[in-house]
Amino acid sequence: MPETIGFLKPRQAVLDRRREIVADLGDLLPEGCLISDERGLKPFETDAFIAYRRMPLAVVLPETTEQVATVLKYCSRYGIPIVPRGAGTSLSGGAIPQEDAIVVGLSKMARILDIDLFNRTATVQAGVTNLNISDAVSADGFFYAPDPSSQLACTIGGNIGMNSGGAHCLKYGVTTNNLLGVKMVLFDGTVIELGGKALDASGYDLLGLICGSEGQLGIVTEATVRLIAKAEGARPVLFGFATSESAGSCVADIIGSGIIPVAIEFMDKPAIEICEAFAHAGYPLDVEALLIVEVEGSEAEMDSMLAGIIGIARRHGVMTIKESQSALEAALIWKGRKSAFGATGRIADYICMDGTVPLSQLSHVLRRTGEIVAGYGLRVANVFHAGDGNMHPLILYNINDPDEAARAEEAGNDILKLCVEAGGCLTGEHGVGIEKRDLMLFQYSKADLDQQMGARAAFDPQWLLNPSKVFPLEGRPAA
Amino acid sequence: MQTNFSPEQLADPHVAESETILRKCVHCGFCTATCPTYVVLGDELDSPRGRIYLIKDMLENGRAADTETVTHIDRCLSCLSCMTTCPSGVDYMHLVDHARVHIEKTYKRPFKDRLARSVIAATLPYPSRFRLALGAAGLARPLAGLLKRVPFLRTFGIMLDLAPAALPVSRAARPAVYAAKGTPRARVALLTGCAQPVLRPEINDATIRLLTGQGVEVVVSAGEGCCGALVHHMGREEQALQAARHNVDVWLKVAEEDGLDAIIVTASGCGTTIKDYGHMLRLDPTYAEKAARVSALAKDVTEYLATLDLPEREPRGLTVAYHSACSMQHGQRIAAAPKQLLKRAGFSVREPAEGHLCCGSAGTYNILQPEISAKLKARKVRNIEATRADVIATGNIGCITQIASGTEIPILHTVELLDWAYGGSKPVGL
Ligand SMILES: Cc1cc2nc3c(=O)[nH]c(=O)nc-3n(C[C@H](O)[C@H](O)[C@H](O)COP(=O)(O)OP(=O)(O)OC[C@H]3O[C@@H](n4cnc5c(N)ncnc54)[C@H](O)[C@@H]3O)c2cc1C
Ligand code: SF4
Ligand code: SF4
Repeated sequence: MPETIGFLKPRQAVLDRRREIVADLGDLLPEGCLISDERGLKPFETDAFIAYRRMPLAVVLPETTEQVATVLKYCSRYGIPIVPRGAGTSLSGGAIPQEDAIVVGLSKMARILDIDLFNRTATVQAGVTNLNISDAVSADGFFYAPDPSSQLACTIGGNIGMNSGGAHCLKYGVTTNNLLGVKMVLFDGTVIELGGKALDASGYDLLGLICGSEGQLGIVTEATVRLIAKAEGARPVLFGFATSESAGSCVADIIGSGIIPVAIEFMDKPAIEICEAFAHAGYPLDVEALLIVEVEGSEAEMDSMLAGIIGIARRHGVMTIKESQSALEAALIWKGRKSAFGATGRIADYICMDGTVPLSQLSHVLRRTGEIVAGYGLRVANVFHAGDGNMHPLILYNINDPDEAARAEEAGNDILKLCVEAGGCLTGEHGVGIEKRDLMLFQYSKADLDQQMGARAAFDPQWLLNPSKVFPLEGRPAA
Repeated sequence: MQTNFSPEQLADPHVAESETILRKCVHCGFCTATCPTYVVLGDELDSPRGRIYLIKDMLENGRAADTETVTHIDRCLSCLSCMTTCPSGVDYMHLVDHARVHIEKTYKRPFKDRLARSVIAATLPYPSRFRLALGAAGLARPLAGLLKRVPFLRTFGIMLDLAPAALPVSRAARPAVYAAKGTPRARVALLTGCAQPVLRPEINDATIRLLTGQGVEVVVSAGEGCCGALVHHMGREEQALQAARHNVDVWLKVAEEDGLDAIIVTASGCGTTIKDYGHMLRLDPTYAEKAARVSALAKDVTEYLATLDLPEREPRGLTVAYHSACSMQHGQRIAAAPKQLLKRAGFSVREPAEGHLCCGSAGTYNILQPEISAKLKARKVRNIEATRADVIATGNIGCITQIASGTEIPILHTVELLDWAYGGSKPVGL
């Protein structure tokens, strides 16, 4: 596929020293923590944004914070770029390496360090998966709220990097609202701690800055997160509609009425069919659009909230309403939704977009998205966090066909511009990465970006951490 | 994922199949999380997504296998947990099968590995040789420690360690027709297996007693051989296909004689392979259709029992930790049936945490990859013991030997407990 987004030119001085660097890293780390063989490096050349690929110089898989610090200290001394990597599930290419970079993978740092039910916190190493945290405390009646669909695999470090969200963030907020503290290694190997078990630390709220910093401010090695007590009960309900527009305006009205369910997820017909084929969740197949609305609380609370929602849905001509009858059924409903992107692979390659729009614009943007993609002669499936207005059009295409691939990318750019024009923004939760880097100028003024880059430079004056991402290559401060 | 094969490469049906499989993978990474080797090693190269990428690169470039790729493919347990997880339906099983054949053809292993693999391929699939080898192992056991210290002979030391101290008296089910009690309602063939009748003849005895008791006629056919799984997983394609053709002939002969409703398999590892005969022999014009028929007839014993509607039994006050073998839950996707059967038979069933993770037995894996295998065994035993069950039940002989070597809790095949509940004698070891 023809690449339209460039990476930084590799530093020749680093490439020339490859053998020495590899030998030095080998000395600095225990056995089994360094990958330098060309064959072994290949699988690290991309993440879940597979349209782009770059081989790294080497991959290290440290086992301790100290080892991360040693590697970063070494790299800063020799001016070697670093790309942090969690599970490599980024959809914006956040974890894609570059030829002169060392990938620092956190996958061996996957231990849960402390669970403090009294203070409702968990402290974990950065490579622990999102779901592992909830699994560890589930028997005690707790969970970790932000639930990206990729929660089975993605790591807490990656979640912090992207400030990830998920279906249940409508009620509980995204990563930044649930993160209490981090241990982090700075570019030169200095280890700092931010926040802690307390809800509000004194001084600047640097944690807020770290969330969503896409691995550019440091490498998180430990995180302390908030645990939430599970509600008495939870019930996902399926609402089927004859058009995407009516489903979209129903969402706007539910939120507008002041009701905040735990989750409102949207799927259009192509998405319903894809997910049903994988999960057999019992989604209605005779509707054009489906909302999964989850309510929680006591039976009475759920009933009363549902009554309100059903009333609104009726006004928007809802065709079918189906409440899940058992825990198993509820689990299947979520399994289908959370597998949506992966399951799309059954029928086509896809680029997953991630724009956010005001709810009042949802119907309009959905319709325009369909038109834009059709205009490029392609198909689209929509499955997203509707309550937050966080849209994920999946543009379906054939990655082996360069022409289709180019059209898919252009359609994607048009859709993101549409989101910005509709008063929304380029990214909801997947981050800027490499994918949306060059569109940043469409959303931000030069002064906005300069200020952000200033903050970045305060943490990483040499621009060594994940340098090809987030900020357009032009307009950066001279190195 | 994008693939890069030339039309000439795609003319090879094996490459064409792998290409189709690779195209489905969207590189989402979900499968890494449930892969036992990734969970214990934390290296993407030891995850499904990493292995898929390694295989893709090797095949696209038409390259001979290299040490790095072989190392990580060898560490794959073939547990197929990744296939249960993959939302996109990536057929990892057939991709890794192809990779293993490619490795076997293009890669020269160090001499000691070749020797160990040849010994395994020449003994395990043959009950008489296996029995002989185990007898010899009994005599040689004192040497195990010594052998393990010599790198060259390490694998043999490990094999000696794994050999049971005493073998049960052989009363393996002989080729015969075991008549149904009462009015016959079905006729099935039973695969008695190769390692299983040597290590635990009770399993086949219990199966025959249970099935005949339910009005099912059971045929143990003369000449039936190893299903071929062991050599198949080592990439020894011809030897595996030979085994498959042989068994297809044997069972279809039984079917022609007097009809056949099912081929019952009591080791889920074998079941996964027999259900794949149709695919394995798809390119063989004389066998493709016959093999597909055999695959369709193959049923795990619990899968079959679930269709018989066994009566409900009074609770026995015995708690059973059910360990679902990978070949059962991932390979054959049989998850609920064994547990439901046990519950109906009056046992209270507990499910250990991390049930999707392999116990590390995985055919010959515990011999060829002892370190990873030991880690997985310890983890499995910890999870099982946490259930505080009285007994462990599972449907695969490999898991039985593996788990038994790590815990004091007795472990039985699910049919042994079922047979007991439906009139058989109390299982040995309980
Ligand atoms: C099928 C699918 C569904 C998805 N659904 C959602 C969803 O519902 N919501 C959502 O928000 N996202 C979703 N994502 C995107 C992705 O899973 C998230 O961005 C996730 O947080 C990435 O985590 P990771 O561990 O894979 O990180 P990676 O992809 O490895 O890295 C992500 C970014 O974080 C940085 N990083 C990683 N670890 C660290 C660390 N320890 N310290 C500092 N920086 C680090 C990397 O450099 C990179 O910039 C989905 C992805 C897929 C494939
Ligand atoms: S889960 Fe499936 S689609 Fe996703 S990376 Fe693994 S094999 Fe590929
Ligand atoms: S078969 Fe098992 S060990 Fe092999 S890649 Fe899949 S999950 Fe991992």
